Amino acid sequence: MSKATHSPARSIAAHAVLLTYTLIALFPVFVIVINSFKSRKAIFSSPLGLPGPETFSLIGYETVMKRGDFPLYFQNSLIVTVVSLFFVLLFGAMAAFALSEYRFKGNTLMGLYLALGIMIPIRLGTVAILQIMVASGLVNTLTALILVYTAQALPLSIFILSEFMRTVSDDLKNAGRIDGLSEYKIFFTLVLPLVRPAMATVAVFTMIPIWNDLWFPLIIAPSEATKTVTLGAQMFIGQFQTDWNGVLSALALAIVPVLVLYLIFSRQLIRGITSGAVK
Amino acid sequence: MGSLQLRSVRKSFGATEVLHDIDLDVADGEFVIFVGPSGCGKSTLLRIIAGLEDSSGGEVLIDGQKVDNVPPAKRGIAMVFQTYALYPHLTVKDNMALGLRQAKTPTEEIETRVAAASNMLSLDDYLKRRPAQLSGGQRQRVAIGRAIVREPKLFLFDEPLSNLDAALRVNTRLEIARLHRELKATMIYVTHDQVEAMTLADKIVVMNAGRIEQIGSPMELYNNPANLFVAGFIGSPQMNFLPAEALGFAGAKTIGVRPEHLNLSPEKGDWKGKVVHVEHLGADTNIYVETEKADTITVRTFGEVHQAPDSVLFVSADPKHVYRFDEAGKVIR
Repeated sequence: MSKATHSPARSIAAHAVLLTYTLIALFPVFVIVINSFKSRKAIFSSPLGLPGPETFSLIGYETVMKRGDFPLYFQNSLIVTVVSLFFVLLFGAMAAFALSEYRFKGNTLMGLYLALGIMIPIRLGTVAILQIMVASGLVNTLTALILVYTAQALPLSIFILSEFMRTVSDDLKNAGRIDGLSEYKIFFTLVLPLVRPAMATVAVFTMIPIWNDLWFPLIIAPSEATKTVTLGAQMFIGQFQTDWNGVLSALALAIVPVLVLYLIFSRQLIRGITSGAVK
Repeated sequence: MGSLQLRSVRKSFGATEVLHDIDLDVADGEFVIFVGPSGCGKSTLLRIIAGLEDSSGGEVLIDGQKVDNVPPAKRGIAMVFQTYALYPHLTVKDNMALGLRQAKTPTEEIETRVAAASNMLSLDDYLKRRPAQLSGGQRQRVAIGRAIVREPKLFLFDEPLSNLDAALRVNTRLEIARLHRELKATMIYVTHDQVEAMTLADKIVVMNAGRIEQIGSPMELYNNPANLFVAGFIGSPQMNFLPAEALGFAGAKTIGVRPEHLNLSPEKGDWKGKVVHVEHLGADTNIYVETEKADTITVRTFGEVHQAPDSVLFVSADPKHVYRFDEAGKVIR
């Protein structure tokens, strides 16, 4: 940044605002993590205190390891998230390419129809989804979850990606056509690499709600074999008694994989958010 | 080896017709330039020839074969784009080789063709680089190289010099002229710059609003423009158009005189006027004169000519070089 447009006072103010926001955003995560390392008594006596020599306890993590099959829950969550993410990116990008690249009858209508899902929450259709899953025998399978999540994330991903695809040079695609590349090859080798930042943006926006979702696992896949982490953590919450050590430890563990995925995408993400603003 | 015929080619986007019945014959080895203002349909026509756009009617024949249902890669054409359109993830060499690999050309053949093209365009030092590591001029040379290795029947150029700076534009123009002489290939070139058209073409096709206004060699168009549009488009500075009646020319609506065919005199002449502005270009001097009877006239004089603004002058036209146009803008011969 040039000195002429940036005074120290202004940049201090900007940083103060950003730091405050960061603190607010990170505070709940911080509380979950510190309390997961404390004994039950300490959680209640000083919820904001750091774990000390007297209060430190791994009882929560031991409970998580002993009760329930958490490695399996993690595996389920990962499978559901990663596979849904893959389908969302693949189908979303393909639909976006078709909408932005080809002129056909009903192109605009199709785009609007596909974008409609952004405005209507998929949970409104829960009953119908459950009926479909029962009828097709997919209840209590990961497939059911993957199908629902793919459908849930497609509208936004198509909307974002088709805007980005429009910015890919027509000349480049035409050069590919003249060199004899098939439309699939043009899509996969020329267009997709150029919209990679947008794909990362979509991936992050898609991944987090899927990983955190409790609703659909609870309704369409509550069996022991298909439990996800968020659902698994629920078994520590009872009507009369809640094992807070277990809940907090399970949640602290659940943050880790999503953090790793986020770090993988974040380098691309920053480019994705800022690109388009300046060429 | 590469001829092209267009038979009443039409194109419309919805209700708007952008090309009306285009007929054109291009002989083998000819360098043909489509020129016209932006939006005149010249690029659309080129894209129809390439097969990147479907026509709404009419036929395109390459080497006598109807190609309307042939995909671009099988038409025996190669195209150079304004934005270079190099594959960003491939090296210069792979950029040039990709089309041949797609066509399953034997590897040795690809090697020799790429080597020949890179030699011709002095790209040997850059073969291992990616497009991002090249300058604009080098990128355009790679794009031309990619076209050459395909040994096409027809080269198509879509405003290839528009993204280059002035000095590079002249160099690349010379390069393209040299390539045309060496390869003796048929080339079709689209530009909005009449200087490029005049300097490169064997045959210029002047287009306006989806129609061909006139086809001819550069000097034919300069000497015998068919109508007002062509007369105004070819030549720089633009031809002066003056109301015929006010100047006493019978039987015409407008008369046209090129700035280089006007003479200035301080004492006597056809039209009296006052100097408004003088442009010194070094070899030429353009003088703008506001006449009493007509509007401002541009006069091109050769060498260094000094005229003070507001001085009174007489402008006279060489009668041999006065064009007369009728009501519809057609030239009267």
